[in-house]
Amino acid sequence: MLRYVFKRLLMMIPVIIGISFLLFAVMNLTPGDPARLILGEHALQSDVDKLREEMGLNENFFVRYGNYLKDAVRGNFGESYMLGLPVSEVVLSRFPTTLKLATGAMIIAVLIGIPVGIISAVKQYTIIDALSLFSSLLLTSMPGFWLGLMLILLFALKLDLLPAIGSDSWVNYIMPSITLAAATLAILIRMTRSTMLEVIRQDYIRTAKAKGAEGKRIIFKHALRNALLPIITVIGINFGIQLGGSVIIENVFAIPGIGSLMIDSVKMKDAPVVLASVMLVALLGGLVNLAVDIMYIFIDPRIKSQYVKG
Amino acid sequence: MAEQLAVNMLKPKKRSQVKSIWLRYKKNKLAMFGLVMLVMMVLCAVFADLIVDYEADAVSQNMKIRLMSPNKDHIFGTDQYGRDIFARIIFGARISLMVGLATVSLSLTAGAMIGATAGYYGGKADNILMRIMDVLLAIPGLLMALAVVAALGPGLVNLIIANSITRVPQFARVVRSAILSIKGQEFIEAAKACGTRNTRIILRHILPNAIGPIIVQATLNMGTTILGIAALSFIGLGIQPPTPEWGSMLSDARSQMRYYPYLVVIPGIAIMLAVMSFNLIGDGLRDSLDPKLKN
Repeated sequence: MLRYVFKRLLMMIPVIIGISFLLFAVMNLTPGDPARLILGEHALQSDVDKLREEMGLNENFFVRYGNYLKDAVRGNFGESYMLGLPVSEVVLSRFPTTLKLATGAMIIAVLIGIPVGIISAVKQYTIIDALSLFSSLLLTSMPGFWLGLMLILLFALKLDLLPAIGSDSWVNYIMPSITLAAATLAILIRMTRSTMLEVIRQDYIRTAKAKGAEGKRIIFKHALRNALLPIITVIGINFGIQLGGSVIIENVFAIPGIGSLMIDSVKMKDAPVVLASVMLVALLGGLVNLAVDIMYIFIDPRIKSQYVKG
Repeated sequence: MAEQLAVNMLKPKKRSQVKSIWLRYKKNKLAMFGLVMLVMMVLCAVFADLIVDYEADAVSQNMKIRLMSPNKDHIFGTDQYGRDIFARIIFGARISLMVGLATVSLSLTAGAMIGATAGYYGGKADNILMRIMDVLLAIPGLLMALAVVAALGPGLVNLIIANSITRVPQFARVVRSAILSIKGQEFIEAAKACGTRNTRIILRHILPNAIGPIIVQATLNMGTTILGIAALSFIGLGIQPPTPEWGSMLSDARSQMRYYPYLVVIPGIAIMLAVMSFNLIGDGLRDSLDPKLKN
């Protein structure tokens, strides 16, 4: 078990290094001089040259990447070109906001998506089923940022119930969380419905019915438990996606999370910040997926027994 | 010679296969709805110049008629520069469909080459290529596109390149798994025994048999690509004004949305309908290509 976790963690290292290399190349092999960025347009060329020398920008590309990697392993991700602060500080100060947003979104998606999916499966081919499938289709087809704009239009501008932008209190997170939840919610409804439909047709469900078990008990005790595995996988994958997907939604609601930081730093070619934030998001996505795989062991006794034997 | 004979023998069967797929597809009302919607949109995009005047209605500014709510002259109203929203939506369809098609074709070609190589040759090539795909997949798509656009600069071609790069791994995976499932079959062994070259086996014997999942993936990707283009344009890194594009129309309209809500409602609905038509067609194709998969 521990060996498996360790192996999975080791497998993440090449992916993270790959990401850092790819982004380092994209950000560094294209026009734009970081020294010029830091000193501003009107700085003297001699000052820019001096700073380039200090920053080691005159070195060969691979030497520079090697230096970056060496520092990164020690936890030093450099300084932000725009803000002049250590990158780790900048990224970590923005991160809790995005984490709150993604968590809120996931709670909403799970609380609505799973029950709706179950009802949809139990009442297959009824009007309720059609409605829930249709809303899931709508949610996957609309752009997230547009849903955000529509919510602002309705709840902030027309009804004046919620604040349109900002991140001061939990009230500010309601609309952005709903917006971010939309895509996951749609997938979760469809996934829960189709797995439940599959499970309901199994023999053991018929057995439970034949034994005279109560309908609700069958659904929750017998069916849902067996349908849980794929549902949890979807939740895990989408949590990772949400962490990176809040980019534009943060822009719509003016939330100072890691997403708006990424947009700003990409626009400003603030390479160290871009690299560190993307690596963080990718790393977390990987960790969440690993956590999901470990959870399988606790949910499904069949998988657990494999590890006990091995 | 023998191959030619085999192809001829296969021909009538192939036609009936397409026909039976179409018969199954036709029964799916939602999928048909999606198809009708798409055909209408394509017609609008192709014949946009006959419906409205690009220069006069969609691009040039006319302050005398700015911010007019929907009325009989301007059925969707006008924006803050006096441009007709209906005209901009129609030309926006042209942009979205064109960029979407270009992006999907580009990423499909690259993904198919990578996936086919990885799946067919296996071993080291497979390992290296798919690990590179893993890296690309681990970067959130929009962010990758953002970084590429920031590096190359905004513009139509760069937008297509940026969106394509993020989609290559998906196609590579689909093509690879399709090839893996076909590679071991007897007719491939037979082709190999005849001494057919590897490229020919992949292109002539494997890919045509793996086309189903690839088409489904491509159709669904048209939808997500249109969303991606709109998102990038919304934050100002996609299609540049004054070119009418749905995402940038939304971004323009943001400052006016309190008093002129139709400005943000209409382009959003256009995006939604476009994406929805591709989603419906993709789902319908999946069901009709493989009836076993339904539910």
